[in-house]
Amino acid sequence: MTDVAPAATDGARAQGGLLEIRDLVKHFPIKSGVLIDRQVGAVRAVDGVTLTVKEGETLGLVGESGCGKSTLCRTILQLIPPTAGSVRFEGQELVGKRGRALQPLRREMQMIFQDPYASLNPRQRVGQIIGNPLRIHGLASGDSLKRQVNELLERVGLGPEHYNRFPHEFSGGQRQRIGIARALALRPKLIIADEPVSALDVSIQAQIINLLEDLQDDFKLTYIFVAHDLGVIRHVSDRIAVMYLGKIVELGPAEEVYSNPIHPYTLTLLSALPIPDPKANAARNPIIPEGDLPSPANPPAACRFHTRCPYATEICSQEEPPLVNYGNDHWAACHHPLHREHPEAVRAALPELTREPA
Amino acid sequence: MSLLEIQDLKVHFETDDGAVRAVDGASFSVDRGQTLGIVGESGSGKSVANMTILGLTQSPITSISGRIMLEGRDLLEASPEELQAIRGEEIAMIFQDPLTSLHPFYKIGKQLVEAIQVHKDVSKQAARERAIELLGLVGIPDPEQRMGDYPHEFSGGMRQRVMIAMALVNDPKILIADEPTTALDVTIQAQILRLIQRLQEQFGMAVILITHDLGVVADVADYINVMYAGRIVEAGTLDEIFYDPQHPYTWGLLGSLARPDRPRALRLSQIQGQPPSLLAPPQGCHFRPRCPYEFDKCKQTPGLEPRSGTAGHLDRCWLPPDKKRSLRVVQGDQIGLEVPAA
Repeated sequence: MTDVAPAATDGARAQGGLLEIRDLVKHFPIKSGVLIDRQVGAVRAVDGVTLTVKEGETLGLVGESGCGKSTLCRTILQLIPPTAGSVRFEGQELVGKRGRALQPLRREMQMIFQDPYASLNPRQRVGQIIGNPLRIHGLASGDSLKRQVNELLERVGLGPEHYNRFPHEFSGGQRQRIGIARALALRPKLIIADEPVSALDVSIQAQIINLLEDLQDDFKLTYIFVAHDLGVIRHVSDRIAVMYLGKIVELGPAEEVYSNPIHPYTLTLLSALPIPDPKANAARNPIIPEGDLPSPANPPAACRFHTRCPYATEICSQEEPPLVNYGNDHWAACHHPLHREHPEAVRAALPELTREPA
Repeated sequence: MSLLEIQDLKVHFETDDGAVRAVDGASFSVDRGQTLGIVGESGSGKSVANMTILGLTQSPITSISGRIMLEGRDLLEASPEELQAIRGEEIAMIFQDPLTSLHPFYKIGKQLVEAIQVHKDVSKQAARERAIELLGLVGIPDPEQRMGDYPHEFSGGMRQRVMIAMALVNDPKILIADEPTTALDVTIQAQILRLIQRLQEQFGMAVILITHDLGVVADVADYINVMYAGRIVEAGTLDEIFYDPQHPYTWGLLGSLARPDRPRALRLSQIQGQPPSLLAPPQGCHFRPRCPYEFDKCKQTPGLEPRSGTAGHLDRCWLPPDKKRSLRVVQGDQIGLEVPAA
């Protein structure tokens, strides 16, 4: 029931943001009590995220499990209503809209899911699955529907012979192609891909990544690409956002973040990842953080990474660092930015990353 | 003689549709202090081969042939009692999912004590002390107190530490780790890989590490076997596999990786098509239908032989070595198959 302020529309356009996310918060209540539900706490899955996604770019979102990546995707699409904050798509406020009011916007924003086994209805044929969005939005029926579905099948590397088959007749990679065709059916502007390749084998991953990149060029798509695989993220992304316990800790152009990480969490992620090159692996001096990820129900105060950070000092447990622009559109939320205070640690941990390409 | 030597192992499962040839003639060996990485995609037979070592694939529909020699004894001839004694005592295994490999109803301490008492005739008190010592050894803080916790009270990484502690209770000679870090986050994965390496140095175990992740093997393995559709298609030292790979499937695997340590390549090299059904694998080389360099001879099965000019570096590809080195595509410094056009 929120009204859209018309003035904001022009503002967002002027900044070139297709999607504008402001202070987005999603808390899941923890309840207790027998007769009366009492809220005793909250899992702070997304805790104040501000992001702009530009038209035509791929924004990579990385972080460990439980950092809130998937919840962020779902709250952006209003699949789960956010607790607070604002999401504007082409200037239109999404937060507060429900049901039919969202339907026209859903045409513009689609999602590709991680698990190609769970995200396709096992009792529907491929033709139905891909045709459903077109039918529901009243865009095609009869022969025209069938023709459009066949075009989509062909576009994602399947054929008309697959039209009448069921999902269980396909391999994981082929199912992911079906999920991609379904997301493309409405010709959306934005596709949120939540770990689209992590359930697939390496050789099939490359096929799907290449397909997604071709489709981006052909259909002028904007992607939010979620993955925990830092190799995949580097390959597909123009910009990267690193999340830790519900907050964005670093944000910047992909090459900047990889060759010049500012936040210690980004550095630990990059240096803990074994790379498929034995000599380069041996040359590194990885920073492996102690301990586990803290619970998002009870995150550490101030800087949330201070409990695992090798460079933490007193201030880190007292004051929350703001997300600061260090130039080149490279943002980080840290009291001790690595490039200023510990450049030698970055070089030791990632000699091959910081090396200038030949 | 190697500590463990597998010779021409075949594991076929009879089904209504015919025999599934999960492992179709695998030979490899591993010695004390060595880490052998077995790399392959799902369905390549890497897990079945290793579960067969422990007798975990025996069933009325399984037919197994070949030899599994552990210090001169053939484990395929061993009685169920003998195998029971070998499992956990001489060869231990840890699995991908530590939550489903621990019993959810029993406390960690009880499960560890049980594992010790099955193999050793010691008092409960002595077993308990050993269990606490092991939990400390694998880096669990407050081991004495954590003995009383249930598996669900541990995080994923901590559970995998408990599994490693359980695998170590009888100082095994061989540790088989089947995708031990696949379910874990990268920072936790790094902790667990370091732990396995440290324990291996401390106890001189042989480690067989099964994984689909070339980064993980590059980090810890000494030797690598690349498996495809039930066969080992290439075997060699770490450097041989990464810097002079001989089999086109290995090129494809290396080329398909989006590397975190390289600036974005324009397009990834990729392997066309999908792995074959193991019910009816292609005649001759199993990689033939997906290989861009297939020629007449590929209809005959190539043996796993030294072909590259180095004695220990084996592969199953008929192409002459000079031709291989000129055919494989190098993008930047990454070896791969051909890069598809957009």
